Amino acid sequence: MAVNLFYFLVFPGLLFVSVTGALLSWFDRKISARVQFRQGPPLLQPFYDFFKLLLVKETILPRKGSPMIFLLAPVFAVFGATMAGVFILLPLFNISTGFRGDLLVIFYLLTIPSFSYITGALASGNPLAAVGSSREMKLILSYELTFLLVIAGIIMKCGQKFDLYSIIQTQQAGSPFIGSISGVLLFIVALFCVQAKLAFVPFDMPEAEAEITGGIFIEFSGATYALIKLSKYIMLFILPSLLVALFMSGFMLNGIHILWAVLKVIGIVLLITLIKNTNPRIKIKQAMSFFMVWMNLIAVIALVLIAFGY
Amino acid sequence: MGFKNYCFKKSLWVFHFGGASCNNCDIEILDCLTPRHDLERFGILLVGSIRHADVLLVNGSINIHDKERLIEIYNQAPKPILVVAIGACGCTGGLFTESYTFAGPVDKIIPVNAYIPGCPPKPEAIIAGIVKLVKSS
Repeated sequence: MAVNLFYFLVFPGLLFVSVTGALLSWFDRKISARVQFRQGPPLLQPFYDFFKLLLVKETILPRKGSPMIFLLAPVFAVFGATMAGVFILLPLFNISTGFRGDLLVIFYLLTIPSFSYITGALASGNPLAAVGSSREMKLILSYELTFLLVIAGIIMKCGQKFDLYSIIQTQQAGSPFIGSISGVLLFIVALFCVQAKLAFVPFDMPEAEAEITGGIFIEFSGATYALIKLSKYIMLFILPSLLVALFMSGFMLNGIHILWAVLKVIGIVLLITLIKNTNPRIKIKQAMSFFMVWMNLIAVIALVLIAFGY
Repeated sequence: MGFKNYCFKKSLWVFHFGGASCNNCDIEILDCLTPRHDLERFGILLVGSIRHADVLLVNGSINIHDKERLIEIYNQAPKPILVVAIGACGCTGGLFTESYTFAGPVDKIIPVNAYIPGCPPKPEAIIAGIVKLVKSS
């Protein structure tokens, strides 16, 4: 029990993923600034933002709508993100949970933050938030099937094993899955799914600042917005580490391999940030056809290639 | 209080309220966020929703219609909020003081923490004003 609480709250759990995610969020902002030839924020900027929102600012409740759900939604978002983080990071740090089938649980837990944003936005009673949450719903509908196909491909590749620990062990014994044609195709698809899950440009229409002024987050202020920022930081760390676990043979924690583990995560965040900075925001219809037609097509081609052993 | 105040000063998020402006001040405010001046160095971001804002930038002359909206925006902001009046119109009324639709300079309507005069103020002047505001708060 004490060990489980430690797992959840301190080491691969809340504290660790929040701090790492905040540093990665600084990295993302700094790279964006350098791409635009700017100086960029200081290293501790995400921490200043978080503590300012949590400690200094006032939390305003919506007059129309449901204050209880509005307050609980960010808590659920942080809970879901942390839980998914624990399930992803325990196998990555070579701690076997003995839970066969955790990949599917991770898949469901990763959608909890998005669903919490939707419920929180709808509970605020703001029309722009309703527009944003309907867009977020459509986005979930479009990328979830694609992400499930990617996971199916990974399961096929490692011989019908459903748990992350044996997927990582299979890759460390053999070669990483990204080293084959089907692996590269699946990695591209998964990268776009992660981009959409993080709601980064080109898939940031739920929170489009220019047209619907913050979208799903428009009514959140103070401590509630701090928790939403925290869940965003956590997602920015755990989704790239899930990709590392699925495609790049996870972390090896001895000697020089620690450096490689850090570089793998930073490399994927760098890729996501560069995609974010070199693309415009697309319409929700374009995003749906992008995932439902093109990404699904690539994923199915990859599945066929896996079935023929490439 | 020291830690809270430090975090607040290090991360000011700005919401931009344009009254009946001639758009010169708007352009100069946007200039502050461009690569040459880059206010994100100080943690300053432009946000889309007043609920996330720490600083309310007001520019342009405030006429009768703008007055109600400015008061509503100010009441919607989570406290503590700093108000900055930018440009001659925001500070005093400037050219429009005698106009029959003019509803008083910004500090007659809501409390103002800093004034940045100029028609329009240069981005350097805006940054100097923000730095003075941060040091005083």
